[in-house]
This record gives sequence, structure tokens and C-alpha cells, in this order.
Amino acid sequence: MPSLSAKRTNVETLFFILHNLPAIGERTLEHLSIVSVAVGVAIITGVPLGIAITQSRRIADTVLYLGSIVMTIPSIALFGILIPILSKIGQGIGWLPAVIAAMLYAQLPIVRNTYTAIRNVDPALRSAAIGMGMSVSQRLARVEIPIALPVIIAGVRVAVVINIGVTAIAAYIGAGGLGTFISRGISQSDIRQLITGALALGLLAIAADYSLAWLQRRLTPRGVAARASP
Amino acid sequence: MIRLQALTKTYATPKGSVSAVDRVSLEVHEGETCVLLGPSGCGKTTTLRMINRLVVPTSGKIFLNGRDTDSVDPVELRRGIGYVIQQIGLFPNMTVAENIGVVPRLLGWDAVRRRRRAEELLSLLALPPADCADRYPNELSGGHAQRIGVARARAVDPPVLLMDEPFAALDPVNREAIQDEFLRMQRTLRKTILFVSHDIDEAVKMADRIAIFHAGRLVQFAPPDELLAHPADTFVAGFVGSDRTLKRLRLIRVREVLAPVGDRTFAMNAPHVSPDDDLRRVAALFLEHGNESLVCVDSSSRVLGVVTREAIAQRLALQDAQ
Repeated sequence: MPSLSAKRTNVETLFFILHNLPAIGERTLEHLSIVSVAVGVAIITGVPLGIAITQSRRIADTVLYLGSIVMTIPSIALFGILIPILSKIGQGIGWLPAVIAAMLYAQLPIVRNTYTAIRNVDPALRSAAIGMGMSVSQRLARVEIPIALPVIIAGVRVAVVINIGVTAIAAYIGAGGLGTFISRGISQSDIRQLITGALALGLLAIAADYSLAWLQRRLTPRGVAARASP
Repeated sequence: MIRLQALTKTYATPKGSVSAVDRVSLEVHEGETCVLLGPSGCGKTTTLRMINRLVVPTSGKIFLNGRDTDSVDPVELRRGIGYVIQQIGLFPNMTVAENIGVVPRLLGWDAVRRRRRAEELLSLLALPPADCADRYPNELSGGHAQRIGVARARAVDPPVLLMDEPFAALDPVNREAIQDEFLRMQRTLRKTILFVSHDIDEAVKMADRIAIFHAGRLVQFAPPDELLAHPADTFVAGFVGSDRTLKRLRLIRVREVLAPVGDRTFAMNAPHVSPDDDLRRVAALFLEHGNESLVCVDSSSRVLGVVTREAIAQRLALQDAQ
């Protein structure tokens, strides 16, 4: 009877989760360490890059095109490419290639959103800022970035959600994380681990997205927020 | 105060170089309001934007207070010049007080002093600071926003203001009100103002002198009354309009054409004017009542004199004869 066996699976999975809470916590932390380092590096590099390319349409098109190409590479293939390269420094598998791959996938949403947001700042505001005697860095720090911030953070949200998925695959190159439950679940035909991994990943993605949405609201200047949603 | 010397800006286009501004020379004295007037694309805005170096001149010189602006760092230069634009350009991420405090902050004023200055300027605009200072620009009406745009340009009390069609986006009622406020302010502050406009009525109202631009060239530079009386060429005549005499009437006050009452008598209920009315109002009363003359009384109903058709015709001829 399928319904009975389904119920049994549910109960068994629940027991598995309860018995393995410390391991799940540990895997979650591994997962988060990869995602946060990757997104952190992507913000530090991607936001300045996104701002820099607003100076030239041609360079911007090229950079965004390259970013799109990276996005089309399947993550498992990217890990494959990174193994021989990083083996030269003895880091072919594990944490480092996982972070590098995740960071590459995070670039496009962050660079693209930064670029678009800065480009969309009203030219009259730029003109006023320059005309009042702001230097380039003052203009960016006081006018353009604060106004662009909500859209930049929206890019970070997309990057984080993508990275939670990419990092799940990184379990196959020994990077740990919640993907471990899924890879073991598949290789051992253990439905309990499979469901545990999938469930934890889903919850992690939702939780990360919600907390970033909260951060986005917090960091949106009041005068900009009210204009965005009249 | 501001002197432009053969100022030229040419742009390279696929069809060859085009001059947006062609050898413009003019001088604006301290405390004077000069309106740069002309149709769109005539080079007036480009001229203005060369003064604070938002546009770099191709050739020619600009002197501010005798100093060649080429020799000044553009960022420093701009902090010493008030700048108002048509789109207002209040920063949406800053409150009203923070917007007014932008240039003071660039000049290193502390927060307390910036706040005090913002509140002072808001009270001058009759906007209660307690109400207004911490609002964001999107919570303001267009008229209020542009008043604050002007206040922001005045924050560090710069001697020179550049205004690029500042009131063009406002509705007519608001525009009149803000123009009147601005004129009142200018009477006491005597800033040196360059004001871009495409509206002849606004120019006549605001300007001490008007510089008319056509296709990048300065075609006439004269006080409004002279400009209206003697357009330099057919372009200027067409631009100021065939009703230019009516526009001139608006410039002349009753007190300038008063004649002694003599042996004329007036009925108690006859229409009368005050010495500060302009002649347009007098002309309107003439047409309405079929009079040849009107009595002028001051605020305490004392008779000051009469204004007659003859005197008006003489006053108009005065400029014509020059």
C-alpha cells in the first residue's frame, strides 16, 4: 500500500533528522561558509566592476556577455575545469574550488544589477551633484550608490539563492555542505538522507532570501522607498 | 563680476563640427540679474554650463571676479557657485535639511551648523522648519521642491547663482508666486545671477539685462525696456512678439509718469491706481472706463498726481528716441 509506505518513509525521515541534528547543523554551517565567502568576494569585486563599466557601453556589453557565458556552464562541468587548474596548488577538490565556482556564478547578477541601477540614476541628479561640486567618489558615495542600493541588494539575493544550489553540487568534489546528504542519499539509495538534504536546502534558500529581503528594506533610503512603491 | 570673452563651444558630429556657442562675449555686473533668452538649441544652456565647467569650452575665457576660471579646480569652482536646474534635482535619499546641507558638508561645516543654516533658509521661505526639514523630496509639491532647490543653491551664500530654467516646470500660478518671491529676495541680497529662460515674459520680469541668443550667437544684450523698444533685428523682434509695447507697459511704474493734478477734478468713485502699479493696469483701466487720465493715490488715500495717456506716450517715446 503506497500511502502506508509513504507514511513510514515520513516517520523514518523525521527520526533520521532528529537523530542527526548536530550533523545537519554542521553541514549547514559548511554550506553557509562557502556561500558567504563566495558572495562576499563577489560583492567586493562585482559592485566596483558594475560601477566601473557604466563609463563605457562597449566594455559593459562585453563584461555582461562574459558573465552570461559563465552562467551557461553547468556547475558540475565548472568543477571539472577547476580540478586540474587548482591541483597545481594542491587544492583540486574541496572548499576552494567550491568557493571559486560559486563566486563566478554570483558575479553576473551582482555586476548586472549594479550596472543597471547606477545607469538608471536620473541624469538630472548626476548633473546637480557635479554642478554643486561633488567629486566622483562623493557623488558615488552620497548619491548614486544609496539610490542604487535596493537594486544592488536584489542582485545579491539572486546570487545567494543561485549559490546555495551550486554549493549543493559541490558535495561531489568533497566540499561538504548540505549536498552531502543528497549525494549519499543517491549513492546509498537512502531516501531519508535525500529528503533531509533537499528539505534543508530549500529551507536555507528561503531563510537566506527572506533575511536579505529584510536587509534590502532596511538599507533602502526612506525617500527612495516611498517613490518606488507609491 | 562675470565676464565671458569670445566663448565658443563646438561639437564634432559625423557631418562636421557644429558650434553650439559661437564667440559669445558679455559682462554681468555684480548684483545684476542677466537672463539668457532664446529658443531651445540656441546655446544659452551650454553657455551657462560652461561657467561652472559642466561643459568645457572649446575656446574663449570666463572670468569670475577677475579670475580666469581655467586656473581654478572645477570642483572648488562649483562649490562657490549656486546652481539650480529645471528638474530641481533634489537628492531623493536625503531629507530636505540634508539636501540644503550638501554644499556646506562639502565645505566641511559641522552637523549643527548645517542644520541651523537649513532651518534659517526654510524660515526665509516661510516653510516651517519643524514641518519640512525632515521630509523627503518625494513628499513635497513641485513648487515647494523648487523653492528648496533654490534654497540649496544659496546654502553657503555664494555671490553667483546659475539658474537653468528654474521655474519652467511649474504651473503658471506657482511660477508667478515663486518669481515674485525670488525678486523680493534678490532686491535685498543683490546676487549676481545668470538665468536661462525661453520665456520672454519671465525674462522681462526677472532681468536687469537680457541676452538674446540665436543659433549659438549673442544677438542682443540690453535692458528689457530697451530690448522691447528696439529689437536689434527681425529675429529678436519676432521673439519678443508683436505685443512688445504691452510688455513694456508692465515694466514701468505709475510713479515714473505722474503729473501734477492741476485743475482736473475727479469723481469720488472714479477708479484710481497706486504709485507701484504698472502701466499695464493703467492701460486696462483706460480701456475699461474710456478715461484719458487716472488719479493716483497712496495707501492713506492721499492724492499724489495723475497718470495720463499723454504722459505714457511720452514715456514710451523716451526709450524710442534713444
